[in-house]
Amino acid sequence: MSEIKNYTMNFGPQHPAAHGVLRLILELDGEVVEHADPHVGLLHRGTEKLAESKPYNQSIGYMDRLDYVSMMCNEHAYVRGIEQLLNIEAPIRAQYIRTMFDEITRIRNHLMWIGTHGLDLGAMALFLYAFREREHCMDMYEAVSGARMHATYYRPGGVYRDLPERMPQYAESKWTKGKNLAYVNEWREGSLLDFIEAFANDFTSKIDEYRTLLQDNRIWKQRTVGIGVVSPEQAKAWGFSGPMLRGSGVAWDLRKKQTYAAYDKVDFDIPVGVNGDCYDRYLVRMEEMVQSTRIIKQCVEWLKHNPGPVMVDEFKVAPPSREMMKEDMESMIHHFKLFTEGYTVPAGEVYAAVEAPKGEFGVYLISDDSNKPFRMKLRAPGFAHLSAMNDMVKGHMLADVVAVIGTMDIVFGEIDR
Amino acid sequence: MSNYRYKLTKELAEHFTDVQLEIEESAHGVVCTVPVESWLEVAKTLRDATIFQFDQCMDVCGVDYFTYGEAEWQTDGVSSTGFSRGVNAKGPGRFSWHERRQEAMPKRFAVVAQLLSVPHNRRLTIKCYAPDEGMLMVPSLVDIWPGVNWFEREAFDLFGIIFKGHPDLRRILTDYGFIGHPFRKDFPLIGNVEVAYDEEKERVVYQPVSIEPRVLVPKTIRRDSRYVESMNDQETS
Repeated sequence: MSEIKNYTMNFGPQHPAAHGVLRLILELDGEVVEHADPHVGLLHRGTEKLAESKPYNQSIGYMDRLDYVSMMCNEHAYVRGIEQLLNIEAPIRAQYIRTMFDEITRIRNHLMWIGTHGLDLGAMALFLYAFREREHCMDMYEAVSGARMHATYYRPGGVYRDLPERMPQYAESKWTKGKNLAYVNEWREGSLLDFIEAFANDFTSKIDEYRTLLQDNRIWKQRTVGIGVVSPEQAKAWGFSGPMLRGSGVAWDLRKKQTYAAYDKVDFDIPVGVNGDCYDRYLVRMEEMVQSTRIIKQCVEWLKHNPGPVMVDEFKVAPPSREMMKEDMESMIHHFKLFTEGYTVPAGEVYAAVEAPKGEFGVYLISDDSNKPFRMKLRAPGFAHLSAMNDMVKGHMLADVVAVIGTMDIVFGEIDR
Repeated sequence: MSNYRYKLTKELAEHFTDVQLEIEESAHGVVCTVPVESWLEVAKTLRDATIFQFDQCMDVCGVDYFTYGEAEWQTDGVSSTGFSRGVNAKGPGRFSWHERRQEAMPKRFAVVAQLLSVPHNRRLTIKCYAPDEGMLMVPSLVDIWPGVNWFEREAFDLFGIIFKGHPDLRRILTDYGFIGHPFRKDFPLIGNVEVAYDEEKERVVYQPVSIEPRVLVPKTIRRDSRYVESMNDQETS
């Protein structure tokens, strides 16, 4: 018998299962992974340094581009940090809008995750189903901000504008007409809230569809059960958060424990795993989508009955309306100062974190009384998760590396920043 | 969650009697500055002592305090002809590699860790300044919280802070063979080199950066009192 030696294999950064630009150096013994060394930073743009050279509000758009499948949650962490330093609080309607859009974002993120994770492990059909629903969430983003992905919708002191009264409809075209047109416009007769409500009422049955495809699927279970097992102690020591922590049985969710926005006013449950393997994390994320739907329904109900301002009435931070600006000298000056210099933030430091779909997304801000952050550090959940890659895949087969990458829900925008 | 800060501040002061801690309690959290000699010992106690139990370290980052509090545009001292005009300071983004400032500053680099206690549901920020003399070195927390491994690598990469006892202190975010520590305040925003395709050599090469430094909005400092006032209002009410 010939002697088998360990060999080193390069995985990525162009591999489709690398979820972007992950480069993994794998040391293999046959097909068993002995050591994994992830090389990251191929998408490093220096977001934090860029933010340090710009007034506060100009960096909100960068936040969307960090974790580019859960945009508004990143914005939420950033604007909360600024709000805490400024000592202002968004009006209650804005808090509810943020809660609702955070949960829409969570659904978007988890749909993306289930689609790609399934694709990596051989469940091809799921991707198409997941992206069908994800398109509706994109339309919600578009209706409220004008952009399907990079919304820049949250602002310190509230949200950019109130929810639109009319949901945009499809126009008749060569491909969409007659019965087809009526079908695609079925939910779009009323306001955005009506659309979101129709989506939320329908979505639980869609989750059941995904479950039909996966939950008891023999191949899916073979690929995920008992793979990448993380004990609760390990999960805490490695700095895990979000579904990665809850999958291991730690009932920790910032939405409940360190509540923010309107999460203390809505009713929802936190799903927790038992075994800490890929399958449990799959179950946790699926149930999270159900819970998000619950939260969205409650927010829609509240928002329909409680009109009000969505931005603080403080022109030092939030711009006055166009009409006011054109009639009132004071407002004109405020507008000019805000859009040229920005606002100055009192000296101090703050760490603000939100429960993003992937885990704890934190922003650490240091201000020196100026109009730009002196130091900004973004705490990306995926960064901590990926750093435990070696410990999670050691002893597993090469094919399980893909399952572990998928279960971490890795997005390189946030890891490389 | 909301009113833990006062209690935590008190407990810190009572528990660490032999360490010179600077504890700062604000409306947003508790920041505890630890001398670099006691960094490991304090961190270990914070993790293990039953009253603290900070079992998670969520984040470690470096901070460069160079140019802290320096404005580029003077907003005080208004004369009869108005405010000062023009920007003459070399703030972030306004200089290139050759124009970077090279002066010494005491207590320039700091390491900041965000701790989280799951059992007590509390957060704490601990900070330590790297020594001014000799090596820019801070003990590594990796033996206390294994999850900080990459966060410390990142701080080393971006700030050049060396973590003593770190098992694998390599660059992480920057390119292979990168020179300099890009998040230092004296590192130009435009960088130093760029990559381009060389047709003669038929490969990608490094060359000096070709763009000019440019910042559209000057950094201004206004210590206006309105936030302080609103904060005082809240405290008294």
